[in-house]
Amino acid sequence: MVEALFWPALLGYGEAAVAYATVRYARAGTWGVRLGWLAQTALLGVQAARSDGFPWSTWAASLNLFVWLVVGAYLIWGCSPRYRLLGLGVMPLAAALFLVARVGGGTEADVSAHYGNVFLVLHVGLVLAAFAGFTLAAALAAVYLWEERRLKRRAADILRLRLPSLVVLERLTKRTVLVSLPLLTLGLAAGFVRLADDGGGLDAAMAVAVLTWVVYAAFLALRPAGRRSAYVALLGFALVIVVRIALSGMHFA
Amino acid sequence: MRLSAVGISHHVAPVELRERVALPLDEAAALARSVGDAVCLSTCNRTEIYLAGDDEERAFEALERLAVEPLDSVVYRLHDDAAATHLFRVAAGLDSLVPGEGEILGQVRDAYEAARPGPLLDRVFRQALQVGKRVRTDTAIGESPASVSSAAAALAQQVFGDLEGRRVLCVGAGRIGELAAANLASRGATIAYVANRSPDAAHELAARFGAVALTLDELPGRLGEVDVVLASTSAPDAVVRACDVPQRRRSPLFFIDIAVPRDVDPAVHELEGCYLYDIDDLEAVVAETLAGRRVEAARAEQLVAEEVERFRAWQASLDVVPAIASLRARAEEIRVAELAKLGRLPEHERRTVESVTAQILNKLLHLPTVRMKQAAAAAEGAAYADAVRHLFGLEDDRKR
Repeated sequence: MVEALFWPALLGYGEAAVAYATVRYARAGTWGVRLGWLAQTALLGVQAARSDGFPWSTWAASLNLFVWLVVGAYLIWGCSPRYRLLGLGVMPLAAALFLVARVGGGTEADVSAHYGNVFLVLHVGLVLAAFAGFTLAAALAAVYLWEERRLKRRAADILRLRLPSLVVLERLTKRTVLVSLPLLTLGLAAGFVRLADDGGGLDAAMAVAVLTWVVYAAFLALRPAGRRSAYVALLGFALVIVVRIALSGMHFA
Repeated sequence: MRLSAVGISHHVAPVELRERVALPLDEAAALARSVGDAVCLSTCNRTEIYLAGDDEERAFEALERLAVEPLDSVVYRLHDDAAATHLFRVAAGLDSLVPGEGEILGQVRDAYEAARPGPLLDRVFRQALQVGKRVRTDTAIGESPASVSSAAAALAQQVFGDLEGRRVLCVGAGRIGELAAANLASRGATIAYVANRSPDAAHELAARFGAVALTLDELPGRLGEVDVVLASTSAPDAVVRACDVPQRRRSPLFFIDIAVPRDVDPAVHELEGCYLYDIDDLEAVVAETLAGRRVEAARAEQLVAEEVERFRAWQASLDVVPAIASLRARAEEIRVAELAKLGRLPEHERRTVESVTAQILNKLLHLPTVRMKQAAAAAEGAAYADAVRHLFGLEDDRKR
């Protein structure tokens, strides 16, 4: 069953990654995202149905959920041809991470649930949702910097290869962070409550996650504009990568 | 019936000649009626008469009367497929001065609606309008700006997105600046200030846009209140200096400098959040977008070729339509006559027999009808039509 859902999802994401590279097939790319995401949603549903607890508590399974959240967040804007280049950044990454999740066993139906309590469900789910939002915000910030550089360089092809405007990109980045930061706040709070109940100390992943929270909180509080805004969003995302990739094994262990 | 087109355009005629034959819509429609079953398309770049039939001399003479000079050396005469191809290319904007410009499609529609032509022209013009729409939806030929002022407005949109509510400061009150300002205003921007050396000109332009007139001395103090600065004075030195621009703005500031010599200090472009495009930059953008239009034009030509093929097939099918109609009429006549021989039948049985015989007839005639239309598309329609008339004895029908 999961095989029948994994491959269509991967195929959809892969097709989108390729189709977004051309203007002509960008619409087909959007359909790849939609169908792939639906297949992955069904896959997650099967995993949830066959597990007696939270089925995404291993690093690989959480990566599977993370990919689903990133693509879901992208879908909010992915239907517009102007966001084709954003899709070109997001979809290859999503396809690659989805494959990594499978290699790590995160897309299997009989993933054992290490934890079942509601706090942990909230902790992992909310933190991953926040990270997905920050990933999208970083992609928007990267597109902003690229577009801003083209305007500064007075690229002659700027109206042939059209991206969303600077103001729109900046606004979307801020809104995405604005939605994601409360999720991270709640997710971290849930984790700390469990930590207080079960005992134990801060590990490196927790420390960097808190630092990530501080960066994004400063982003919203100080409201940097223009390039500074994009740089701060990318700095926050660099910390997300550290937590997700470099430190996730240690934390899940 | 033959489709013909007689006309002159910017490709072959100078503007002095084109302006003599250019007609308002109502006069163009009257001219078309005077020629016969015709449509007259008259714009600043072309005056063309499309007509159904062979009487193109009348159309040519009508154009010569308008031109008040012989037109033999500049007029083009096109027939059938060539005339349809030309009209489709015109409607698609492929024959325009700026490839892909969209205004011509509306002009073709207006000319067609004003003329209310017969079946042949009705068909070819409706198809031309479809071609024009298809080219605009299936290709990106009309998406990029083709003039400096529209490029400037499109670049402003690239910075701000929607220009609704964005405030513009016009520096200079000349004609070129006014055109660029009108382009920004047409996309939703608000012309907030007009600054000019001459107060009278500033007031005049400001009144036109509902803006506030300023002197050049007041200009630096207003730079913090606007999103776009449009400079077009004839001043010999920079009017807007980098030191006048407020620092650490939260919103970008976009400068459009279409003046020569330039009005805005180039150092402005180095400031964070400030973007300055002068006339050379804008012309480079326009050249690039026009190159893009030419690439799209190649795709549009393919669409036109497909539509011409459809038109050719339709026109060829006209050769066999009378024969098909006669054949079906003869068959129906026989069917009705044979039914009459049945005498009195219960009503439900009569309906059943009528239905069955009609179905037999339709099935029997379906394949010959399709084959005749196919033969017509392959230019063999007339021969097939004659054969059918001969085999089924339809000659008399034609005479009737």
